[in-house]
Amino acid sequence: MAVKVIIPTPLRPYAGKQESVEMEAGNVREALAGLTTRFGELKKHLYSDDGRLRSFVNVYVNDEDIRYLEKEETQLRDGDIVSIVPSIAGGARK
Amino acid sequence: MASKIKVPNSPEAGNSSAALSKEEIMRYSRHLIMPEVGMDGQLKLKQAKVLCIGTGGLGAPLGLYLAAAGVGRIGLVDFDKVDLTNLQRQILFDTNDIGRPKIEAATNRLRDLNPDIQIDTFETRLTSENALDILKDYDIVVDGTDNFPTRYLVNDACVILGKPNVYGSIFRFEGQITIFAYPGGPCYRCLYPEPPPPGLVPSCAEGGVLGVLPGIVGAIQAAETLKLIIGKGESLVGRLLLFDALAMRFRELKLRKNPECPVCGEYPTITKLIDYEEFCGIRGEESASPAQAVPEISPRELKSRLDRGDDLFILDVREPHEYQICNLDGHLIPLGELSRRVNELDSSREIVAHCRSGKRSAEAVEFLRSAGFRKVLNLKGGILAWSDEVDASVPKY
Repeated sequence: MAVKVIIPTPLRPYAGKQESVEMEAGNVREALAGLTTRFGELKKHLYSDDGRLRSFVNVYVNDEDIRYLEKEETQLRDGDIVSIVPSIAGGARK
Repeated sequence: MASKIKVPNSPEAGNSSAALSKEEIMRYSRHLIMPEVGMDGQLKLKQAKVLCIGTGGLGAPLGLYLAAAGVGRIGLVDFDKVDLTNLQRQILFDTNDIGRPKIEAATNRLRDLNPDIQIDTFETRLTSENALDILKDYDIVVDGTDNFPTRYLVNDACVILGKPNVYGSIFRFEGQITIFAYPGGPCYRCLYPEPPPPGLVPSCAEGGVLGVLPGIVGAIQAAETLKLIIGKGESLVGRLLLFDALAMRFRELKLRKNPECPVCGEYPTITKLIDYEEFCGIRGEESASPAQAVPEISPRELKSRLDRGDDLFILDVREPHEYQICNLDGHLIPLGELSRRVNELDSSREIVAHCRSGKRSAEAVEFLRSAGFRKVLNLKGGILAWSDEVDASVPKY
């Protein structure tokens, strides 16, 4: 399935400075694997050492959190948008 | 969703604060002639109590709009002083305020804007010890802080006290806005159960921020706060609004309450405030950085060794746009590219790595040592310390 993965600002430096990447993927796991194969440095930002998706990084298919779908096995359809949304804390000082 | 916030609905007879003076009617006339606000809404605003945590980038537009709108009691929490780098975005302050406590400058500005409202000031860092006490008197809490420990602290305190938390955060040109801890709605921990480990996500100080971004995000927080108070419209409860100023695009994601959430779930495991520095893996800002563990050289020592003609290779691990601001004539390899460009370095030479403050270069030194480089030193305090101790003509940023 042809899908688009949106890379958030804090992770763009590790993804060739790209805002989004178009790729073929059948489910979320394949989409993220495709991404980390292409951009090796992204891997440690998305996955912990034991290979699990980090708890401060959420993944959405369109507007739905994959934790409430089939997690990384969530199927993708043509035209789906996969968003990676990490927590950011900026606001007041400095 | 109907408003469940404890804001008095009907003005009590005989309570003078529950009526608008002739001058207030004039001041708020553009609200009063709008049916969505009207006299009812304006009186709700007048009786509302809102706590703004942080008076910086987000707190500035927030405080200004809440005060202008006639929110009757505004609490401000901040412990910082105004500095020159704040003025690029913190529009509550002006150049004359540099060095002044933010809380003092902010209070003066808001009092000038609207002398009819009450401003409570808390010149302190929000901590597990004082948070419940500070938050308890307010109807709504607005989180405009800049770090993970305080974000989790504000969230947990709001959940414990049952107060909505109007949340906004920013990074470079991207913002996230929602309302957490609204009765029945999700909290921050439902979205992110844990914070990132220190160092993995750059802070605003390292990452930078487009000056107008907190203006937009803080103004959205203000709009959500006013809507909660007057009980009108569709709030951001259950929706995470993402804003990208570069693409100039808003997106919206669904936020769900996690039944297993450790603080607001069915069987909470966190029922009182904890040590948030520890939770976020920070035990004193200094010891959190690997700088302690790597060999260092002070700026003065480096200067005298260079003057002596020692063969030192200066490695600058900042980004190219930072190199343009100022540099020490070093060889530039951004930290993120170091692992694949390590072949540009000669391990037989003595290398001094530096960045802006010494934090990224400490990581670089650690990496190079693990890659077999023996003679690598970290410039202590980075280019900032170099400017302070050796060459004041080098600009600080």
